[in-house]
Amino acid sequence: MKTFWSRFLGNPRVYLGLIWLVFLFVVAILANVLAPTDPFAIVGKPMTAPGREFWLGTDSLGRNVMAGLIHGSRATILIAVFATVFAVAFGTLVGAIAGYYGGLIDDILMRLTEFFQTIPSFLFAIVLIAILSPSALNLVVAIATVSWPPIARVVRGEVLTVKSREFVQAAVVAGQRDSAILLKQVLPNTLSPLIVTGSLLIATAILVESALSFLGLGAPNLMSWGFMIGAGRSFMREAWWLVTVPGVAILLTVLAINLVGEGLNDALNPRLADL
Amino acid sequence: MTDIVLSIQDLKVALPAWSDRKFAVNGVSLDIRQKEILCLVGESGSGKSMIGKAILGLLPAPHVRAVGGKIMFEGKDLLQLSDDELRAIRGGRIAMIFQEPMTALNPLMKIGQQVDEVLEIHTKKTPAERRERVLELIRDVHLPEPDRMITSYPHQLSGGQRQRVVIAMALALEPALIIADEPTTALDVTTQAQILHLIKELQRKHGTAVLFITHDFGVVAEIADRVAVMRHGEIVEQGAATQVLGMPQADYTKALVAAVPRLNPRLKELDADTNVLLRVTNVEKTYRSSSGLFGGSVREVHAAKKINLELKRESSLALVGESGSGKSTLARCIIGLEDIDGGLIELDGERISGRTRSELRPFRKHVQMIFQDPYASLNPRQRVGDIIALGPMLNGVSREQAIAEARELLRLVDLKPDAIDRYPHEFSGGQRQRIGIARALAVKPKLIVADEPVSALDVSVQKQVLELLNDLRKSFGLSMLFITHDLRVAATVCEEIAIMQRGEIVERGATADIFATPSHPYTRSLFDAVPGREWINSLG
Repeated sequence: MKTFWSRFLGNPRVYLGLIWLVFLFVVAILANVLAPTDPFAIVGKPMTAPGREFWLGTDSLGRNVMAGLIHGSRATILIAVFATVFAVAFGTLVGAIAGYYGGLIDDILMRLTEFFQTIPSFLFAIVLIAILSPSALNLVVAIATVSWPPIARVVRGEVLTVKSREFVQAAVVAGQRDSAILLKQVLPNTLSPLIVTGSLLIATAILVESALSFLGLGAPNLMSWGFMIGAGRSFMREAWWLVTVPGVAILLTVLAINLVGEGLNDALNPRLADL
Repeated sequence: MTDIVLSIQDLKVALPAWSDRKFAVNGVSLDIRQKEILCLVGESGSGKSMIGKAILGLLPAPHVRAVGGKIMFEGKDLLQLSDDELRAIRGGRIAMIFQEPMTALNPLMKIGQQVDEVLEIHTKKTPAERRERVLELIRDVHLPEPDRMITSYPHQLSGGQRQRVVIAMALALEPALIIADEPTTALDVTTQAQILHLIKELQRKHGTAVLFITHDFGVVAEIADRVAVMRHGEIVEQGAATQVLGMPQADYTKALVAAVPRLNPRLKELDADTNVLLRVTNVEKTYRSSSGLFGGSVREVHAAKKINLELKRESSLALVGESGSGKSTLARCIIGLEDIDGGLIELDGERISGRTRSELRPFRKHVQMIFQDPYASLNPRQRVGDIIALGPMLNGVSREQAIAEARELLRLVDLKPDAIDRYPHEFSGGQRQRIGIARALAVKPKLIVADEPVSALDVSVQKQVLELLNDLRKSFGLSMLFITHDLRVAATVCEEIAIMQRGEIVERGATADIFATPSHPYTRSLFDAVPGREWINSLG
């Protein structure tokens, strides 16, 4: 049997995805070094086409698109990762409790989850931002609020199958407490699908964040890719690069996350991958 | 020779690169003759099922594929045929009976339609002729009320009835060869006896050749004309059934035959001690299916009806019954995994039934359980040491001491102490069951409830584990409640037997007495159903 790592890294698509993601993380971390000036600063003539002076041109106000892209990666990744972490944490909690205790608790928690699932998630996110006022923290809150239900369902399903396994009964017979059984016996065995769903959720979060920023509901003083597309959309005919450059960045990032996520899925469920 | 139906010549089936061996089947040559039942017998992983799959072109390609040899059937090499040609032979000239009758049938189609479908695809009969043939087939496999049967759905039939339908489908086109892959393994012992009888009867009547794949020498003794014994993808011995079973030549066959549990009842060793450890009084348990949001009918299953049992200190009692008899439910009630609806369970004079989980905790160390499935009963993400040490640590033993004790326990169950730092997936089924036993012993319990602890194991491993349990029982002074469907296993382990049927104990007594004079008709039918009984008795 090959190990997880050899299956994961032996997959060329995972490599492509990882290369882009690592590059992106380095850029995000070194944003202040790579582009020391404020991305909102006006540095040149408006609508300069990409060229020697500004590699990716300037926007309608004369801001450097390259600097925007670099700083935008930081905002986009931070918001997406934090939103996903909160969504996964909350979804896991709800799903684990519902699946483990079952009965009335399960009914109540799952009806709650369904309530959130039935509201169109993007509209719900817009409403939340409208109520909470646009800011980085509120973006995280809004995205997490609309993305936890699928996590809760995945975890609940896994907990339901794992808890009927005999080793959980053995822990009950040994006298382990419910909370310890859930944490030490059940949850570690639900990790694989959780990791896969969680990693793909980051891609969704990036898309939601971009869309919200595009609509002008993003954090007002944070340069993000969605904001850049939103600001440049009226000049698409005159300055194609304003929309195209951040658009391609989003496309590549979401694609890379999906490649890595599917690679994780194949590596964690080798039998499925063989089919 | 002209009477050879199927000839396998030097067949090689390759396994994927990451497997622990290169070939699932390595150079196997076999002939199946007309009108004979050839039993292919071997333990799990011997490659016996791969041969059946290779014949029908059902190997899980591309990872597992036939890489050498020939399978000659009616003048053609099956390995060289195209998918279309193979499809015509599959079902038409060669039919298959699977292990699990529920998954072999389409749950959404009526029985009649499913049998009819086979005829519709492969023959040019008119619907009226087909219907006639379907009814004839249903009668052939002795299903009751054929007219009603063909309008039933699979879930309305019992496991044995479903397997009869599968057999009817296999016979529909009068195939030259039937491949039966463990067709009775999923069935109860009495049903198994009936199905074996049916296969033999139909095989005689139609003159079909049968390749019967099994792991059970009892079944072989019951049904085989010739036997081929497989190990690690190779045939170690083949010959007439009487010869292989009576005078096995190969060492491996000898070992397997020696491991078959005998029908020798275990004698009562200590009857002086009448101190009762476990007392079960009038215990009742009923399962109710929930009525759902909008009402609907509530189904009730009486898993235990007024059960009374006593287990004396340092003795062992086998609870024998078929699936659905309520034996596992009773075990789960005793261990405190289920609540009872009525009655009383006492351990050492103290009530343990009707307590909440936290109230039960102090009693946990006195009663431990050994589980059925060695693959599901160990947490794959914990090290063996942590698995065994969990119980003692919950009872306040320090981690260092618990791990030291776990080492000692591993030695007692014949595993290396360094197993402590390894994960369960590194062990075989038998080794895992030993770890499960070590875990149960770790808290030094008074009573062990063993729920079918050897039914998932190969016969040779089964024997070792039973011997181990026996030794440990003596050295630890344990009492044991042993749940099993297999009278042979019950006889080797326990001095007393209780036979359960439909939630009731129909007969109870010393093993030797019950074996000598079974009084209840159900007990007698269980004895009659033990596969290969005469052969086993002849082994002494």
